[in-house]
Parts: sequence; C-alpha cells; structure tokens
Amino acid sequence: MIFLRSLFIVIIFQFKAFALIEVDITRGNLSPLPIAVSPLAVDNDSLAKFEKIFKKKNIGAEISKIVEDNLKHSGLFNPLKKDAFLQKPDIAHLKPRFEDWQLIKAQALVTGKVELVDDKLRVEFRLWDILAGKEMLALAFTTVPNNWRRVGHIITDKVYQRLTGEKGYFDTRIIYVAEEGPKTQRIKKLAIMDQDGFNLKYLTLGNELVLTPRFSPTNQMVTYLSYFRNLPRVYLLDIETGIQEVVGDFAGMTFAPRFSPDGKKIIMSFAKDGNSDIYTMDLENRIVERITNHPSIDTSPSFSPDGKYITFNSDRSRYQQIYVMKSDGSNVKRISFGKGLYGTPVWSPRGDLIAFTKLHKGKFYIGVMRVDGTGERLLTENFYQEAPSWSPNGRVLIFYRETKTNAKGEGFSANLWSIDLTGYNERQVPTKTDASDPSWSSLLGN
Amino acid sequence: MNLIKILKNTILVILAGLVLTACASTKKVGTGQLQGDVYTGTDTIEYLASGVPDRVFFATNETVLTTASRETLRKQATYLRKKSDMNVVLEGHADERGTREYNLALGERRANSAKDYLMTYGISANRISVISYGKERPVDSGSNPLSWSKNRRSVTVKAN
Repeated sequence: MIFLRSLFIVIIFQFKAFALIEVDITRGNLSPLPIAVSPLAVDNDSLAKFEKIFKKKNIGAEISKIVEDNLKHSGLFNPLKKDAFLQKPDIAHLKPRFEDWQLIKAQALVTGKVELVDDKLRVEFRLWDILAGKEMLALAFTTVPNNWRRVGHIITDKVYQRLTGEKGYFDTRIIYVAEEGPKTQRIKKLAIMDQDGFNLKYLTLGNELVLTPRFSPTNQMVTYLSYFRNLPRVYLLDIETGIQEVVGDFAGMTFAPRFSPDGKKIIMSFAKDGNSDIYTMDLENRIVERITNHPSIDTSPSFSPDGKYITFNSDRSRYQQIYVMKSDGSNVKRISFGKGLYGTPVWSPRGDLIAFTKLHKGKFYIGVMRVDGTGERLLTENFYQEAPSWSPNGRVLIFYRETKTNAKGEGFSANLWSIDLTGYNERQVPTKTDASDPSWSSLLGN
Repeated sequence: MNLIKILKNTILVILAGLVLTACASTKKVGTGQLQGDVYTGTDTIEYLASGVPDRVFFATNETVLTTASRETLRKQATYLRKKSDMNVVLEGHADERGTREYNLALGERRANSAKDYLMTYGISANRISVISYGKERPVDSGSNPLSWSKNRRSVTVKAN
C-alpha cells in the first residue's frame, strides 16, 4: 500500500508587494490556505424581495456558505469562522481593511454583493490578497434566481482557478445509482445531484434495474444500462427533456457504456454467446463498429481525451488486466503488470493518467498509473470499492464503496467517496440513500 | 532486560498460535460445503421437478462446469426433453468480489456455458434464452467465501 505523501509545504507566498498568493494542488496539502469568505452583501430592497422568492433570510450569507463549504471540501483551503470577521460585508467589498483580516490570519478574502435587477440575480465578487493588500480578481454576472446555488459554485470555481491556476470542479453535477432495500433485492434508480449533494432528482422510478450511468462530456446526455423488460441494454437519456431511447439494436446484452470525448459516439461492450467485445456506435448515423474481436471478456472501455486511444480491461491473459489500444482496435498493449487483478480503467481528462480498480489479496484499491502502465500509485484501500470517475479538472476521483456484512448477512451499505489525486482528502460524498456508480459531469458552462 | 526479551518472545509465540488457530477454524466452516471454492451444498437450490436441481455453481472467476454441474445439467436436459413445449431462461450470476461490468460479462459467460451443455444434450438453442445479472442479485447476502460460492451460479428458470 503506497500512499503518495509529500511533506512539502504547499502554500507559496512571498512578502513582496506585487506577489500574489498561489495554492499548489499537485501535492498533498498539509496546511490549507486560510481564507475568509465574507457574506455577500445584500441591500435592504433586494433583501425583502429575495426573502419572498427563496423563503431564505439572507441569500448573501447562504451563497457565501456554499463557497465556504466547497473550499473546505477541496482540502486546499481553510475557511475562517465568520464570527471573527470585523468588517461589514458591504464595506469590505468596497475596500477591505487588510490589517483587520491579517489579524485573524486570513491570507485571502472573498467579498461580494448580490441584488435583484429586473427579476434577475446580479452578483459581483472580488478576491483579495490580504498580505499583498491587492485585488486578485473581480467578476460580475447575472442569472435567473433559481440558479442561486450555482452562483456559489461559480464563485468557488473562479476563486479556485485564480489561486491554483487550474479550472475548478464545483459547478458540476454527479449522476449515480441510488440504492434501497435488502442486498438480495436492491432497488436501483438513476439519481442526479449537484456535486455538493443538493438539488437531488431521481431520473427513473426503480421499476427496473439500472446501472453505470455516465455523463456526456459535451452536453446533458447520459448513457446507462437498463434492464427494461428484462433486456439489459445500453440507453441514452436526455436529462433536460427526460426522453430516453435504447442505443442500437443488438441481439444480446450491451453494457459498460461511455461517451467519446466529443460526445458523438458511445463505446460499450456487447455480449453474445459467452463472449464480450467492444463496439462503438455513432449517435448521428447509428453506424456500429466492432473494435475488439477476441474470445476473452473485453469490457469497461474508456477513450483518451483526444479520442485516439481506448483503454479497457480484458481477461485475455487469463485474469482481468488493463489494456490500451488505438481507437480503431489496433495495437493492443497490456499496461497493468502489478500483482493482482486490474479493472475499470478510466482515462484522465488531462490525458496523462489512467485511474483503475485493483483487487489484490482480498482488498480493493483505487489507483492511478501513467498511460504506459508505469508509475502505479494506490490511493486508497478498502474491503470493496471500485469504478473511479474523474472530476473535470482531473484532480479528484469519485468512486463507490461497499461494506462487509456481518455473520448474519446484515449491515450492507454502499456509498460515494472522493479522494484527491494526491491520496489526500478522502471523504464521503453525502447522499440521501445508499449510492453507487458515480459519474462526474463537465463544468456546466461557466 | 533479558527477562523482557523472553517475555516479548513468549507473547509473540502465543500471538502466532492464536492467529494460526483462527485461520484453521475459519477454514473448517467452509469445507463441509465447498470443494475448492465451488459450492457443493444444497442451500438456496430450488427444483424444476423432483430430483432436478435448478442451478449450478462456479469457482471464483471461472466459467467451466464441474462434474457435479454437468450432472445437474444432464438432469435438466432429460427433464426438458420430456417437457418439449417448455422454454427456459438461464440466469448467470457472479459474486460481489469483482467489478460490476466485468461481472456482467462473467455472468453472461457462465449462463452460456450452461446453455452450451444443455444443447449438447439435445435442447434446442431457441428454447433457451440467457440473461446475466452480474453481481446484482445475490441469493446470500453474506460477505464470506461460503456466501460468495452460493452466489456464483447459473440458474435455470422456466420461461413459460
């Protein structure tokens, strides 16, 4: 079990007047950056109107709470307690008294205001470098009031990006399988929620078994496996319209679907007569292409972000291992050579890594390796866990974990967890019911 | 100093002894109903007709039929030849110790190895359909080798 743990201090700041704070996210973060998130200021007029619309006392404070929670959960920031704040939100937003914020050890400060203009939510916010006494970022945008939680996520993404130099992953959603009932008769439904667990919606009723939903990287489409009418087939679902259709007319089970990076194809396995091979289907012209043709089980395919390669798992060397091939099926190469079985390879959106599940000596691991199979790192070990899915910036993995039952077969549960690529910041992602098979969406468009 | 060393060693020996007995006793539980790691007991089995068990069991990650499985399937074939208007569904399953997608493929392969065997005993392919549930429908919710062995199965179910 090798956790990559590094002892470097990750917050780099210099005491030059022009120097701006930076957060290094490539290493495990031992001392998260102290940041103050001032409640967004709301004028009295807007306050009354907002209370009517949202039935919330202070939407400015609610939004700043979203930002605070996001930053905290990232593991890179330490949001400071608000009762220590000396400056009022509206005044701080105009010009922070930097020495006051320094006094409570804040290194960065987020201020802002929110108002209702022509029935629209208008938000502006600023990010300040307390030590340098400088504004680092100022942005304003307008949206429909119903999007108020997204406002918090968008602000977090901008702050994260300004301080780490990489895009955020907060204005995103997770699609997963919600589970209920005894282990032998699980009821499973497709569920979608914001990345922080809010705005939960069920997309199926639980009448049929559904598994492995995956987001399109380009739009609000989802592909998944459904046992509708006891015919396990890959389906396509438009989560805006609710329209769903079966993908392709295969005379057997289709499963393990994923989108190509341009969203135009679905790659999946098709099982017939005891053999599973990998196929793609073009969603525009419905042309089906066979990619592998081998008597072994070939499944869990995933495209590289440039669409030129495919990684998948196969038992062609007798046990489940990870392979990479060109997207036309040529040049198949095994890349996993460590001890144990390897499955569910998923190509990082940054292109340089493949995340996987490993089974060795009765334990399950989530790990990453380079695309040529070198540099294997195991991030977390457990009784059962599998199916990692990348955050859109390639810095965090979400996966699911199942518990061991007791001697009477009781105590089963399934839950979503996330962990940073560094091996740090492992945390349970709260869901209303038991949950499995998470898939992370792209940024929703900020 | 020496005394402490001796004490330490004694404790280590006792600990080792405890670990060994623990291993021995867990193994014993299984042996009655497991051959290798294939289930040989009768729990969870239902009968298509008197003396015709509905299911066969597999070793971990395996899809080959054991001698006992082939005997069960021959009984099923004899029964199905008599009931010539009966169709069946073969439901292939895996245990919980594998990734979901691979297990779907494995279940499909297990059901098909049962199907192939029934066909060699004269049951026409168009009377048999196959479905894999992977690890989605365990019969035993335990998290131990015996429970897992009961779940690695292909079950023959009457379709009409």
